[in-house]
Formats: sequence, C-alpha cells, structure tokens
Amino acid sequence: MAESIQIKTRINGVEGSYRVEPRLHLVDFLRDQLELKTARVSCEHGVCGACTVRLDGEIIRGCLYLAAQADGHDIETIDGVSDTGELRELQRAFHDKNAAQCGFCTPGMLLTAAALLREKPHATREQVREYISGNYCRCTGYHAIVDAVCEVLEQQRQPRAIRA
Amino acid sequence: MQATVKEETRPIVKQDKDSRQYVGSSVNRPNMRRHLEGRGCYVDDISLPRLVHVVYLRSPYAHARFSIVDVSRAKAMPGVVAIVDGREIATICTPWVATLAHLEGMRSPPEYPLALDRACWQGEPVLAIVALTRHQAEDALPMVEIDWHELPVVDNMETALAPETPVIHPELGDNLCFTKKIDTGGVEQAMAEADLVVEETYRFGRVTGVTMEPRSLLADYQPAESHLTVYQSHQAPHMMQDLYARHFDLPENSVRVICRDVGGAFGLKVHSYPDDFATVALSILLKRPVKFVADRLESFASDIHAREHVVKARIGVKSSGEIVAFDFDDLTGVGPYSVYPRTSAIEGNQVLSIAGGPYKHKYYRAKLDVVFQNKSPTSQYRGVGHPIACGATEGIVELAAQRLGIDPLKMRLINVMPDDGYPCVGASGIKIEGLSHQKSIAKLEEMMNYQALRKEQAELRKQNIHRGIGFAVLVELTNPSAAFYGVGGARISALDGASLRLEPTGVVTCHVGVGEQGQGTETIFAQIAADAIGVEIGQVKIVTGDTEATPYGGGTWASRGAGIGGEAVLQAGRALRSNIRDFAAIVLKQDRSELDVADGFIVDSSTGAHLMPLAEVARQAYFRPDILPADARPELMVTRHAAQRGFPFTFTNGIQASYVEVDVETGFVKLLDHWCVEDCGRVINPKLVDEQIRGAIVQGIGGVMLEECLYDENGLLRNGSMADYLVPMAFEMPDIHVAHVETPTKTSELGAKGAGEAGTAGPPGAVMNAINDALAPFSARVASQPITPEKILRALGTV
Repeated sequence: MAESIQIKTRINGVEGSYRVEPRLHLVDFLRDQLELKTARVSCEHGVCGACTVRLDGEIIRGCLYLAAQADGHDIETIDGVSDTGELRELQRAFHDKNAAQCGFCTPGMLLTAAALLREKPHATREQVREYISGNYCRCTGYHAIVDAVCEVLEQQRQPRAIRA
Repeated sequence: MQATVKEETRPIVKQDKDSRQYVGSSVNRPNMRRHLEGRGCYVDDISLPRLVHVVYLRSPYAHARFSIVDVSRAKAMPGVVAIVDGREIATICTPWVATLAHLEGMRSPPEYPLALDRACWQGEPVLAIVALTRHQAEDALPMVEIDWHELPVVDNMETALAPETPVIHPELGDNLCFTKKIDTGGVEQAMAEADLVVEETYRFGRVTGVTMEPRSLLADYQPAESHLTVYQSHQAPHMMQDLYARHFDLPENSVRVICRDVGGAFGLKVHSYPDDFATVALSILLKRPVKFVADRLESFASDIHAREHVVKARIGVKSSGEIVAFDFDDLTGVGPYSVYPRTSAIEGNQVLSIAGGPYKHKYYRAKLDVVFQNKSPTSQYRGVGHPIACGATEGIVELAAQRLGIDPLKMRLINVMPDDGYPCVGASGIKIEGLSHQKSIAKLEEMMNYQALRKEQAELRKQNIHRGIGFAVLVELTNPSAAFYGVGGARISALDGASLRLEPTGVVTCHVGVGEQGQGTETIFAQIAADAIGVEIGQVKIVTGDTEATPYGGGTWASRGAGIGGEAVLQAGRALRSNIRDFAAIVLKQDRSELDVADGFIVDSSTGAHLMPLAEVARQAYFRPDILPADARPELMVTRHAAQRGFPFTFTNGIQASYVEVDVETGFVKLLDHWCVEDCGRVINPKLVDEQIRGAIVQGIGGVMLEECLYDENGLLRNGSMADYLVPMAFEMPDIHVAHVETPTKTSELGAKGAGEAGTAGPPGAVMNAINDALAPFSARVASQPITPEKILRALGTV
C-alpha cells in the first residue's frame, strides 16, 4: 500500500493539516476521517450528486475527487455553508415547497441550486430543470424543488425595495 | 378517573373559519430543518466504539455450486478481523421459508443468511469479510480463493415452467412458486356475446427501487446482557425485532431496532435481507458492533427487484362502450427465493385483485403464475401490483375505446362504478367502501381543459407534430387489516399505537409505532395530536422509529401511516384531552363540562376564555400532588391503538392523464404535462399529499420510460450502476398537477385513506396510452415497458 501523504486544506473555514492515503476519495476523507457526515455517498461514481461539496467555491463531486486533490484548497460542506447564512432563502423556499423528503439528496441539491442562482440568475423553469439534472432525487419527483429554486430566482430578480 | 371519550369527539374539520385548525392545512414539516442543513442522521453516519465493517463476497454467477478453498491470504490482509462463512452463521441463525398460509399452495425453499454451497442469483452473499475499515475489508475480498462450478441458469420466466427447463430447487419438482385463479364464471359466454373482443399482451420490465441511501445496518450485540441493538434503515422496526428475536433465539424484549433517518425506502426497505441476518450474526459472534452499508453495485444486485410481468389482457365490450368482461393472464418471475417475510407472491396476487378494479363489469377471470428464476429476488416495491394491474387494464380499455371510436374519457364514464353505488364488491372480489370515480373524472376533465387540448392535438397533427393524450383510472388498496399478512401467519402488526404524554411544561411528547422516511408522517401526527388535545403544533414532539420507546406497530407500508397511525394518534389525543379536563376540574374546582382545552390552555368551554395554562395544570400534577385532594389521580399519559376492521382494506381512487409528444423520427418522447385527481379521503396536509403523489408518479414514469434491470442470457445483470440504470432526472419530467376529491372513510374517525403509493399506478397506463394516442395515425402501438425510443421506432417500422 502506498504511503500516506500530507495535505493542507481549509474545511469550512478552518485550516488543518492531515495525513491521507493517496487513494482516499474526498467524500470518504470528509465522512470517515473528519466525521463530517453531511455529504452523502450514493452512486459512488459521479452520477447522482449526493456527495456534492465546494472546492474553492465551485461545486464538485466528492466521490470523483481524491482527498489529495484538496491540498491547498478550500472545501465547504453543506453544514458549513448553511452556518454562514448564505443558503437561508433557498432553505426557506425548500421548506415552504416541501422540496425535500428523505433528505439524502438535499445537501447536494441545495449546493447545486446555490450555484445556479449565482451562475444563471435569469434561468427559466426549463433551465432550472436542466441545471439540477445532475442531482438525483428519488422522493419528490422534482416539481417542488424546481418550484423552490424558481421562487428564489424570482425574488433575486426583484428590485431590492420590493424584496424587503 | 372515568374516561369519557365520547364527549371529546369534536369534528375533525371545524366549520368555524376563524378557529385554528391543523388538520387540513399545509403545515411545513418541522423535521425537514435538519435535512436542509445536511444534519440528518442515517445509519452510515453512526459510529460506535470498537465498530468493525463487513463486506460480503457475492456470487459472480447466476447459479453455481461453490467451495471456499482458502481464506488465509485474505485473513492476513491489514485490518482484517474475521472471515465467516454461511455454515458458521447457520449455527446461530435459523433459516426461513418465505410463504404465507393464505397464499394457498405457495412454495419456497429454506434460505440462509449466507449461501452454504450453492448460489442461486448473481449477488447472493456467500462469505463475510470483516475488517477495521470498509476499505480494508474490500482490499481483502479479492484475496479469497473460491472454486465455482457453474450450473444451468433459468433466466427467462416465460420458459421457466417448460418441461425442458432445469429446475432450480429439485426438491420442489418444478419452478412454480405460486399459482392462483379468480373466475366469476360466464366469461367465455360474455365474450361470445360481446360486440367486440380486444386482446393485447403487456410487458413490464424488471425494476428496482434505487433508494438514494443504500440499505444499511449497524448491529451492536452486548454479550453480557444478551442484548441486541440494531440501527437499520428500515420501514418496519417491530417486524425486524420479531425476526431477529426468533431467528437468533433471543427474548423479544432483548432486541431493539432503531430507525433514524431513512434515505428513501419505497418498500425496498420493508423486507428482511439475508445480509441483515448475517450482519447481526457477526456482531453476536464477534461480540462487537458491525456495520454493513451496501455499495451501489451490490444494491442493484441484492436489493429487491419488482414488476417483471407479462400480462395477456382480453376485454369484451358492447358497441355502446359497456365493458362486459375482463380476462387476464399474468406471469411473473421472482428470483430463486421468495423474500422474507412478506413473500414474493403478493405483487402478483394484487394484480389479480386490482385488475379491472374501477369498473362495474360482472364477468372476470384472471390467472397468475409466479415462477422461480436465477435473478435477484423480487418483492413489494411502492404500489405493489397496482402499476401492473392498472397498466394492463387501462391499456386494454383505451384500446377497446379506440376500436369502438369512443372518446377514452367517455369510455371510462360509461364503465366506472357510480359514486352513489357503494359499498359494493368488485368482480374480482374486492370489497369497496366508497369511491368517487365520477367526480374525479369530471374534475380532471376540467383541470386539464380536455377539449381544448384535443383541439390543440388535432391542429398540431396537421403540422406533423404528434402529440397524444392518455388516461388511467385507478383504485389503490390502503390501510390494510390483518388480511394482508396476519391471516397468513406473518408476524407483522396490523395494529398500531400512539402514546401521548403531557410534560410538566405543558408540551406534549407523542410516541407512535409508524415511522417516517420523509413522507411527512411525523408532521401529520403532530397536526392530528395538536387539534385533538388543543395545543399549538409547536408544543408537540413526535418520536418514532425505536422499538424500545414506541408502542408496538406495523410500521410504514401499504399506505397505512396516516390512516392507521393517524387514527391511533387521534384517539390518544382525545383521551389525553379528556384526562386533562378531568384533572383541571379538580384543580379549578369546576365541573368538567365547563372546561375545555384550547391553544395550550384550560379554557372556559362556553366563552373560550383562558383559565389556566397547561403548564400550570401539569406542574401541579407532577410536582405538587401533596396539595391535591386524595382522590385526584392525574393520568397525563395515554395510549390508544387503531387497526383496520370491517373492510379488509380501504380503497382509494384516482385518475391520471398524460400529455406527450413523440418524435417519430427518433422515437424520443417528451412528457409535456401530467395531471392527477385522487381521493385519499380526509386530506390531513394538502401540500404533503401532493408531494407524495408527485413523487410516486415520477417513480411510476421511471418504469414506463427508463428503468429496467437488464440481464444477459447467463442471468448476469448488465446495468448495475446509476450511470447505466436510468432513473428520472429533473429535465425529463413534466410538471405534475394534483387535485383532490375527499371521500373520508367511515372505517375510522379520522377518515384518512392512504396516499403514498397510488401515484405509481397511473403512469403505466396513462403515459403508454398517451404515446399510443400519438402513434395512432401511424397504426403503431407499444405495449412493452419501459417504452424506449428503440421500441417506438420498431413499432413504427423504422428499424
């Protein structure tokens, strides 16, 4: 077995130095080594989006990245992002629309939705459906998730005065 | 203290618009908050001291004898704790035979946690490798040396009963698991006298549930006390408690099953699996906690599959459109063993009961053959038989309408059971309490703006755009009595209980036997409890999913959570309120008739004025019994139970419509819109019901358009990954419009019927009919699901 290697990474704002096996996936590193359980493992090969986390602010699949690739980078998980308040509007809309059931896909779905809000502020309903298609949900049938994301997009597009 | 429950009976839905009422309103789910921060707790998130991890070596062949030659190299790998075979596990765990007495003549051979010397499907577990980490166990697995001797494979269910086909279990004589017939008599004569007889064969592909969270279990055996705790991602904790107790010979109350967050279940997690027992056995043998989490490939190969059916359907109709007779012949392949303890024959059995279910025909004949084959075992998956029964029925009804030149919606109106004709018994023998087919059809027609849609379709056809509209009327069996399992000898509770406790600060804790897998079960229980007691919903905490804490119960399946669990909560809530009034009468020295409970207060029953907060009532009860009269006995915790009686099941009904566009050049189908009107009786939370319906419809659409477990002729699964097994993605799915008709069941005071599964029953009929409607100008039809572009192009004669 290859020797473990040293990485430095900032996770949810906290810098740390860790020894990891070269083959260790990022999501397994977070879940098993750091006990950060909020990214989920489902398909294990980059299809379903349940393990979505952020690397330097961009959403990535924790099951397709190695822990070693996090060396020198910022990693954020849903609980960390949640604590910053950045997801507040999305979380409220998801709650109101009942856009989550079992909750297993929800961390990945929210982080993907947050990326959409940033990248495509003028997305149509069709474009929302397309954008979140890399995140599987087996419970909701997607309708409520699309409703929730569209509602926040719509809010974002309102002038500030009206939003208040 | 006298319990005077009767006078506590206030209406479920208040007439007074100003009064606060939780039942019937779209309350948000309080228990969703943790999921919105990713802070749920699934089995794989749980860790215990001295925890070890197991991986199972599974058969790479569909049918093979094996002998384990050498495990020494594997044992020497880093971190390996133990390697255990089926024979060792069989010394502490008894095998099972998954049959039910009321499924007469059903057969299945004994099955063990790990195969002993023969594997009967690709994916059957044969050896356990336990290590300190999952990675270490996986590293050791390929070091095991096993001799495999391949045996003849039975993969095609359509030839499973042929004399030349090998018999999987020689002791059974043939590959027949179960067979059944229903015959009213008179079918042939009715067909002979019909103006038109139409036949078609419908094929339904084998699918699986694909829960986002794989099956997972953590077994923690405490040898000093012979106590077993199992954390499991499951729908029926008490059922598993019973199974572990019996098969490991432990006292029932020495087994505790805990179900925390469950990442999707859909029936896939209502069964026991061989590796469940093996993991528990390992914890007992090793005297330490053992975790098993299926990886995705083994999920595809070892989770239950469902719905591999071929149904030959025949219908006799008058030229008026009147259906005179149905005749169905259903064949299904269920793998090599019936799944324990619910069996693998219920799905087919339900097809026979449900086919033709919405209609008032008199003559009915149906035959079922359930056969063994060397593929993954099948069993109950959301909707259980309904998608098959409804798909075949609605396919043949719409085909008959087309041949007669009758509008398909009118065809349904001619034939559905009338809304004023209940209770009644359907031709298949199902007892129906009360449905609303006519009202539902009328509502759907209006909701989808049917006539305008037909016009649009006709206009677009002129432009060579081929759109189709399809319908499916359905009935759904919910709220089962003991008729489902209990009468067949399975120890699966038909009774469920709720325990409600007024706490010293005036809040209420409510323990219920039915648990949650994301449906919103806990939320509706809180709604019901808050109304029944007279407190704010925020004062009610629901606890589920722990056999040591909650009342005994059946759990979540057959859409019984709201109807049966909810009724128990309602009755317990009313009883607690009665007890609170009795005690408040002593504290306030007033007659109890002058007192009521509302908004968390004892109130004047005539004016509604707040007299005393519940916190003060409870404070006196718990902390100052010394100042109370000697005969005051505050009973601030009550338990009530509920079960379905009178009717074997409570049927619900609904109608779905699908609007599609078929690209006749490529065979691709765009789902444009989907509508559903359903009647689940009392709607406790409209938003949550809508979301159950939508999610179920999309799972149904998955089977119609995308999903299929594909096997080669050697019985090997060809698409065991999420990249290869296609489940619906957001961009492929339509918006889904849901509306309700409410016909509360009189079998309970709550009036709720089930809502979680019915959605799956509609798409096989509605979407297939819509595609066939679009293909009608080409005289092409599809009747094999999933309806892939290839099948459409073949139907069109393009390929």
